[in-house]
Amino acid sequence: MSIQAEIHAAAGGFSIHAELNAPTGSCTAIVGPNGAGKTTLIHALAGLIPLRQGKVVLAGQVVDDSAQGIHLPPDRRPIALHSQHNLLFPHLSVVDNVAFGPRCSGLGTRLARQQAEGWLHKLGLADLAHLRPAQLSGGQAQRVGLARAAACQPEVLLLDESLASLDAETRTDVRHLLADIQATRVLITHDPVETRVLADQLLVMEGGEIVQAGTPEAVAADPRTPWTAGLLDINLLAGHAAGTEVALDCGLSLTTATPMTGPVLVTFSPAAVTLSTAQPHTSARNTWESEVARIQPEGDRVRVLLGAPAPCHVWVTPQAASELGLSAGSRCWAALKATELTVRDA
Amino acid sequence: MTGRFTTKRPHRRPPIAILVMAIIAVAVLALPLVGLLQRTPWSSLGTTLGETATLEALRVSVVVSLLAAGVSVVLGLPLAWVLARLSFRGRALVRAVVLLPMVLPPVVGGIALFFALGRRGLVGRALHNWFGLDTLIGTTAGAVIAAAFVSMPFFVITAEAGLRQLDSRLESAASTLGAGRWTVLRRITLPLLAPSLAAGATLSWARALGEFGATITFAGNHPGRTRTLPLAIAQANEAGQPEAAIAMSVLLIGVSLLILIGLRHRWIAPRARQPEGSPETSPS
Repeated sequence: MSIQAEIHAAAGGFSIHAELNAPTGSCTAIVGPNGAGKTTLIHALAGLIPLRQGKVVLAGQVVDDSAQGIHLPPDRRPIALHSQHNLLFPHLSVVDNVAFGPRCSGLGTRLARQQAEGWLHKLGLADLAHLRPAQLSGGQAQRVGLARAAACQPEVLLLDESLASLDAETRTDVRHLLADIQATRVLITHDPVETRVLADQLLVMEGGEIVQAGTPEAVAADPRTPWTAGLLDINLLAGHAAGTEVALDCGLSLTTATPMTGPVLVTFSPAAVTLSTAQPHTSARNTWESEVARIQPEGDRVRVLLGAPAPCHVWVTPQAASELGLSAGSRCWAALKATELTVRDA
Repeated sequence: MTGRFTTKRPHRRPPIAILVMAIIAVAVLALPLVGLLQRTPWSSLGTTLGETATLEALRVSVVVSLLAAGVSVVLGLPLAWVLARLSFRGRALVRAVVLLPMVLPPVVGGIALFFALGRRGLVGRALHNWFGLDTLIGTTAGAVIAAAFVSMPFFVITAEAGLRQLDSRLESAASTLGAGRWTVLRRITLPLLAPSLAAGATLSWARALGEFGATITFAGNHPGRTRTLPLAIAQANEAGQPEAAIAMSVLLIGVSLLILIGLRHRWIAPRARQPEGSPETSPS
């Protein structure tokens, strides 16, 4: 375990209680509505705020233990933090901002700059090395902030909405970079796709408490609160595109309206799928026969979890569910229009 | 500029009454200077300023004011940090006491220094008994203390304002990247504070340069040791040498004007700064 944390903390008249355990090299995503205490949790891990009670062990090092009065300052923790505000140092050039962490770890100016340039290159920022932060766009500043945190080569990398202001294309690149980083990562996000692609474990925080934890798939399949259900109300499948045909990793092939090539992510709304008992003859480009894994009434609608060949969830009315005779283990046909699919680079 | 008065809001003429009052205010402040300059013996200015006594006063002034500014920075910066960053009971009182010399007549400061540091003074007697340090009165060190007394508040108030404006999240960010306290201070806080520190130091130097009342009361008027330019000017004026007084006054005015023009954006009319990132306080 790289992170073992039990945190009771308070900031700005607001208190949180959270437990977090993460194996070395894993990625934990934290989602939750605004004001849920996500940033407070990350700041407590970083040591920016003291614990009221609890214990935090990072990479085998006890950094917080209220019982023993241990509270290490951020600079003595094996962490680096990137905040959504970036907080680039305005008096330093981009390359010196990124070299700041390596310099603090005892590297000489020249070596630290070299490392910094390497990170800037990885993030496609090499041309900006000598600019001042004030000259950067929002997206550029965010990537510089991220490079600055990554350049510390921490055991634990804390990311507070680090991809929020990136455009779709850069976002994919940065996501790949984050997936490749060895550090144990904890990231706050509002993007359901990000949780599915990056995270091994998903924590849902509401009102200062963790209300649900599990793999992103498990949480998406069974969200415990309306907010979680709303956020994760999307189906995501990975595959390989050739033109408008996408061969999904699960074996099924889908037709899309957007020609692409290479690895892609296909997303669609659970409301876009229609179910029927027999093979439908419709204008929908995609139809497949599926196993029903589970039926779950939620409020005035029913969540139907489809199993093989393409795991996804579908909303139907209670009337439709009973008319179709849906039950766990039964079979049905699913139909999905090509225009309902969103395809993006994986 | 078209040479006409323009307001920030277009198509609105500035009210005449306000302009008239403003012009009168400028006249009140500037007329004495015009009077002085009009009486200045420009042709003999060089010779008057070249006299030994004048040069000596200039030298004492430079030494005393620079040392006083140095003392203000060395002691004033930690004080500004304490006032800006720590909250403790009685902080308002401490700040009031620190700023008092700005509004006190300097002669009062001089008398107070005399009773504190003079041979019979509260601290002066202890200095004499314990360290054999004799009185500061009549020495350049005494003049430096008098000048620092009146000029340090200018540095403290500027540095404290700078520290309060500084986005402390930048310092936190540095610590999350592995910077210890001293690294944060050296590489983040002080560089970001540099403009304020420079402004404060210059301002306190300018105040020390013009110091008269506390110096003459506490340190005395001894040529070569405590007789600074302002003291020499008063001396010359009283001794019936208006030309020398005027010449040295012109010198002081020139130096002071240069300082104020150099500082115009830092102290007198600071330009609005664009804060980086929005200050967000929500717990998420």
